[in-house]
Amino acid sequence: MSTLVEKSAEPAIKKKIVLKVFGLGGAGCNAAGFACGAGFSGVEFLAVNTDSQSLDACAVPARFVLGASRTRGLGAGGDPELGRAAAEEDMEKIRSFCAGADIVFLLAGLGGGTGTGAAPVFARAAREAGALVLALVTLPFDFEGDRRQFQAQAGLQHLKAHADAVICLPNQKLFKMLDEKTSVMEGFKIGNTLLSDGLRGIWRMLTQTGLINVDFADLCAVTRGRHAAGFFATAEAAGEKRVEQVIEKLLAHPLLDGGQALRESDSLLASIVAGPDVAMTEIQKLMEPLNRHCEGAHILFGAAIDEAFAGRLSVTLIASRRPRQEEPPERALPPENIESSQFLDKTATERPASRFVAPPPMLSPEMKEQIIRGQGGRSRKRLSRLQKELPLGIVFKGRFEKSDPTIRNGEDLDVPTYIRRGVPLN
Amino acid sequence: MFDSSSIIVGLEIGTSKICVIVGEVTAANPLNIIGVGQARSRGVRKGEIADASLASEDVRNAIVEAEQMANVEIRSVYLGVTGHHIRGFNNHGVHPVVSADREITAEDVQDVIKNAKAINLPVDNTVVHAIRQLFQVDSQLGIQNPVGMYGAKVEVDVHVVHGHLDRLKNSIAVVRGLQLEVEEIVFTGLASALALLSSEQKELGSLVIDMGAGATEYVVYSDGIIKHTGVLAVGGDHISNDLAYGLKVPLGRADRLKIERGGAAVEDSVKGQTLSSNGEFGLPPKIINLEHLRRIMSLRLEETFELIEAELSGLGLLDRLRAGVFLCGGGARIPGIQALAGRMFQMPAFLGKTNSISGLKSALDQPEFATAIGLVKFGSLQQKRKPVSSLAGGIKKTLVELFRK
Repeated sequence: MSTLVEKSAEPAIKKKIVLKVFGLGGAGCNAAGFACGAGFSGVEFLAVNTDSQSLDACAVPARFVLGASRTRGLGAGGDPELGRAAAEEDMEKIRSFCAGADIVFLLAGLGGGTGTGAAPVFARAAREAGALVLALVTLPFDFEGDRRQFQAQAGLQHLKAHADAVICLPNQKLFKMLDEKTSVMEGFKIGNTLLSDGLRGIWRMLTQTGLINVDFADLCAVTRGRHAAGFFATAEAAGEKRVEQVIEKLLAHPLLDGGQALRESDSLLASIVAGPDVAMTEIQKLMEPLNRHCEGAHILFGAAIDEAFAGRLSVTLIASRRPRQEEPPERALPPENIESSQFLDKTATERPASRFVAPPPMLSPEMKEQIIRGQGGRSRKRLSRLQKELPLGIVFKGRFEKSDPTIRNGEDLDVPTYIRRGVPLN
Repeated sequence: MFDSSSIIVGLEIGTSKICVIVGEVTAANPLNIIGVGQARSRGVRKGEIADASLASEDVRNAIVEAEQMANVEIRSVYLGVTGHHIRGFNNHGVHPVVSADREITAEDVQDVIKNAKAINLPVDNTVVHAIRQLFQVDSQLGIQNPVGMYGAKVEVDVHVVHGHLDRLKNSIAVVRGLQLEVEEIVFTGLASALALLSSEQKELGSLVIDMGAGATEYVVYSDGIIKHTGVLAVGGDHISNDLAYGLKVPLGRADRLKIERGGAAVEDSVKGQTLSSNGEFGLPPKIINLEHLRRIMSLRLEETFELIEAELSGLGLLDRLRAGVFLCGGGARIPGIQALAGRMFQMPAFLGKTNSISGLKSALDQPEFATAIGLVKFGSLQQKRKPVSSLAGGIKKTLVELFRK
């Protein structure tokens, strides 16, 4: 797979790489608006939403109301199918947006209507236009309910089938970064910052040719074909102890579950950007604990020197986890779903003005059966009662549960020493 | 009754207790302790404020107690700060002597200090201390004051202790919320070292380890100057927590077991021995294996020392410690801790004594008070220096001004 990507990317690399960032739906537009003001040079931003009102509030100068004739600019009402239908309708427009791009980033919040529905369509269009597609998506908070989670998961499956790489940020993990008094605005800002940081890390990695180069093919090798969500984390530090600080920050990063995600990951991409003053020993010191943490993982590593990073060090980690056995294998959805597009055309000619003409959801027979059974009332309960997998070896931190972890040399010192060292007490 | 300028108060907001010590400076006696106030601390975790309102209440109690004992009104304090965000390092400054006859002037000295203080700190951090150390003129080391000497190049080391600005502000805000002025903030490890070490010990080379409840601070002195400072956010609380988990007892009981039956070593005599604690407050009676208790404690303490030892040996400082290791803080009371420290660092280890002041001596010569006494001593040294208005003092003043905003 990766050789194919390399081949297609090769002619593009000769000229200047064209990067486009699409913010899809409310969350995506917010994130794009946030990233837009954060100084990405040579990146084109486009905000896309079905809701023209919220689109007007977006900070991105280039905007597009999706499916105006279908939704009349009133939004998709949390229905992914409507979002998808709206995007299908404007397929020509989307193709023209994607034309000429080498790399397309999709920013979206999954779980709602527009982001969930339109993201796979955009991914498909961008891929058809010859671009490499990378999606950075958020998954809903737990409190948003089962339905949105379900929609988000379904959307994620679709997106994975079409995008070259999907990196997820489960919003629920943001809670670990918040305290009791964090306002909603700040909470969302943290989410946007994380997305923007991730975007920046990947952007930097792809656009800057490093000493030890990492390119899109490497990125795909880490993220592609892995059915579980990828993780990303970015950390930056300056000063004399920057290496220690960066490692501390990474291991304490909430998106990596305090290093737990690293331990479980089976492939890892580490991209280091530093000033010209970076020492070889520093890189060694940085990679050594990472290697230790992901034993047996496939580690790709790149380093770039940037004058602007004098005295600083920034590390972007992208990790992905082996799919669990019980997870169903990803169904590669056909790029054109003939059935649904026929259906779409039919309804479009019949009742063009109505909002409520979403085609039936694209569901496999098993999923249909599951939903029908769910309406019976019994099996849904059973579904939600499914026992979740707990992390191996629950760590007891007692009175330090809520304070900053004390991390030294990659060990959490709040955990009793005898447990970390495996001293048995008979 | 008293001239307010002669009263110096040290306030340590610790993880287990809050301690206020009132010192008096008179013409006859350089420093005399006249009052102590203590309160149990509830709003502090790992040396940092976790609950400001509880912390503020506890500080008020301690201050009131000290005021009553000393019969003075406390207006300003020297505040001890700690936490894992605090780091220390040495920075080197070089300055070429430009004048024609190569005589070093006061301006040269100021310039070299300025160079040494140009530090690349993380954005959110601020300097707590910038301590000027000995000068070097060309290759001549250990010069106290190079003004008037001749040379081509003057160099100086500055020991910089820096910490996270917002976290430092948290503890300052607690004190200021009680209508008290903060004269200066002082890193508690430095204060403890000041209280424990004599100048000979500083000259020979000593390591001071302040084993508090929330954090362990360590300071290395050698050749009379500070070589290294650091904080490890692991302390007595961690031991209690480990015991609570390992022995499956509530935290309160784990705390008591630690104090009553704790020890830094697993002696042969405790092997196979058990304790049966009768259930107080309706708790069921429980049999506790003393060997396990000791093993859990000794592993944690060993690890703490190991981490410090590894850091110092990485910096090549271990060979410079000829006077030995000095322990203070509540953790220094653990039986056998000196032997353990001696074994881990391969050098003599002592319980630190606060010999350097007079006053309520017998009551105060306890390891827990070292920091607060050190704070008072720091204050007295600062006040002595005040009329001279040294450069370091000036910078600290601007720092304090910064916090007042």
